[in-house]
Amino acid sequence: MPMRKWLDRSQPLPGATGARAVEVAGHDWRQAALDLAAGGARLHALWTERHEAGAVCALYAGDDFLLLVALALPADETTYAGLTDLFPAANRMQRAAADLTGLRAQEPDSRPWLRHAAWPADFLPLAAGSANAPPVGELQADDYAFVRVTGDGVHEIPVGPVHAGIIEPGHFRFSVVGEKVLRLEERLGYVHKGIEQLFSRLSLLEGHRLAARVSGDSAVAYSWAYCQALEGLAGSRLPARAAYLRALALETERIANHLGDLGALGNDAGFAFGLAQLSRLKELWLRATEVALGSRYLLDYVVPGGVARDAQPELLAALASSARAIGAEVRVVRDIFDEHAGVRDRFVGTGIVTPELAAQLGLVGLAARASGAGRDLRADLPCEPYEALGVRKVVHNEGDVAARVAVRFDELAESIRLVASIAAELPSGSVRTEVATPPAGAMALGAVEGWRGPVIVALTAGDDGSIRRCHPHDPSWQNWPALEYAIIGNIVPDFPLINKSFNLSYSGHDL
Amino acid sequence: MWKTLKQIGSVGVVTEARPPTDDELRLREDLQARILATLGRALCIRQVDAGSCNGCELEIHALNNAFYNIEGLGIRFVASPRHADLLLVTGPVARNMELALRRTYDATPAPKLVVAVGDCGATGGIFGCSYASAGAVANVIPVDVAVPGCPPSPNRILSGILTAITARQRR
Repeated sequence: MPMRKWLDRSQPLPGATGARAVEVAGHDWRQAALDLAAGGARLHALWTERHEAGAVCALYAGDDFLLLVALALPADETTYAGLTDLFPAANRMQRAAADLTGLRAQEPDSRPWLRHAAWPADFLPLAAGSANAPPVGELQADDYAFVRVTGDGVHEIPVGPVHAGIIEPGHFRFSVVGEKVLRLEERLGYVHKGIEQLFSRLSLLEGHRLAARVSGDSAVAYSWAYCQALEGLAGSRLPARAAYLRALALETERIANHLGDLGALGNDAGFAFGLAQLSRLKELWLRATEVALGSRYLLDYVVPGGVARDAQPELLAALASSARAIGAEVRVVRDIFDEHAGVRDRFVGTGIVTPELAAQLGLVGLAARASGAGRDLRADLPCEPYEALGVRKVVHNEGDVAARVAVRFDELAESIRLVASIAAELPSGSVRTEVATPPAGAMALGAVEGWRGPVIVALTAGDDGSIRRCHPHDPSWQNWPALEYAIIGNIVPDFPLINKSFNLSYSGHDL
Repeated sequence: MWKTLKQIGSVGVVTEARPPTDDELRLREDLQARILATLGRALCIRQVDAGSCNGCELEIHALNNAFYNIEGLGIRFVASPRHADLLLVTGPVARNMELALRRTYDATPAPKLVVAVGDCGATGGIFGCSYASAGAVANVIPVDVAVPGCPPSPNRILSGILTAITARQRR
């Protein structure tokens, strides 16, 4: 099998379980992509860097590996062969990369993605020698080339960037006939904050704080992925107790987000009872988290070499018992959801992503597990302590809102079980170890299954403990395009419900 | 239906007392008297995420839960700046959002209040100012009250909102 050839040529990459890397040149870049696509691998991330010469990195995921294929470009070469024909999700990643480094895929869609009108096209934030800020003129509204749908009775509904709720900003352009959606085109990048450039001004031992703020709802997943990469670079051995506490924090984050989303989904289906009950349970959970682990949201809990603070045994026992009590109440609410004709009517058959489409688009994480693709890094490529904990994967096949709700309910129950077993089996010992300064130029990968899906951090060390390049990658990159398909043929009022059933990150995507 | 009613009945009322106001959070105070005269304490809020990591949004959401019960205080979130008395803005202000934030501010009828939420909204936080970030909300639109924290707790945010709509307390 040709896919194996690339794995055979690859070297292990420090950090994430199963991570490997292979450097290629010229035509091998496309050949590797063709072989990996044929072998059923998925494109997890694509980014570029300009240190001395340019380089393009593609991270592929198979059932038992994460393979980084790195293409070193000759000096003065600023284009490379695109991958959109093989992996549709590559389109936006390539356009974002072009905005940041000027390295451009040879493809017809060259519209900017992260660059709107706030800085000029010739300013490349990640090119070597780029000053921090370009000259600022008067801000103009830019004119993005949306694909126009024409025909009798077709009209457009523009929505955003400021949305009619407490949500992040982005623009949705609906082309509709009556209530029915013919096409949705997303335009993102509004919350681009220059995170990747900012990373290169931080030291390796500070980067976890920024990583946690790439997408605040996945702070533990990001800060863990970052620290996993850093510890891989430094060759640190994570104390067992710290690994268990990180898993506790990650499952805590998953429980909080699933409770919040399930409540909001009930509300979007017109069932305020669901929001009232589940947001109450979420608040109880956040308060229990604050007592046991020190804060409601664990933005600075995961630190290089371990975790920021130990947990008292009696507080952990209280957290586990709080989790079980919440689990019991969630079962009551789930039964009510399942038996409520109005809620079922809104959930079932709405916003379908078929397993075939999910495979074609390379869907990941929670949304993929609702469309028959049972992949979960915690079970497939477990890092410590997940091997010992034994995560039961959740899979549903229908691909509609109801399936994404069911995945959340099932994963919530599984996370509650994991919290209880972590509290019971927590090893003794220290919760933090020293992290040595890694050599400049070394690269590592972090990969953690956050509540939304796999969170990836690719980290390259610079001189004297600095960061040369850090690319954080959110699962939303792959799943945003799927939302455009999920809405086709549905009615406009179902969009908030379908959107919420994915609940993708804007900040994690816009960087 | 029986299960739903039973659940509602067994939970009961969990709403807690509102937090005190905090004059330390106040940045400006020229508008309060006019707003108080016009509105009393009933208030419509338009939330604007101008570039946050979405952490602050999680805690703003919590204001609607039964414990904080912000609607019980006569305060509600609305879908349009045209309906709003107060903008609750999280930051840092991404430069790609700067124009949208200014337009939202302009679309809000006067007299209007602005509360900046979070370390990033208050000061620019970890993101600061760069090619992509304009930093604190006050760098872009006038801010009355800034609530630091990463993210600030729902009670801190509520205290900031109540501070904005309450006249300065006599010391």
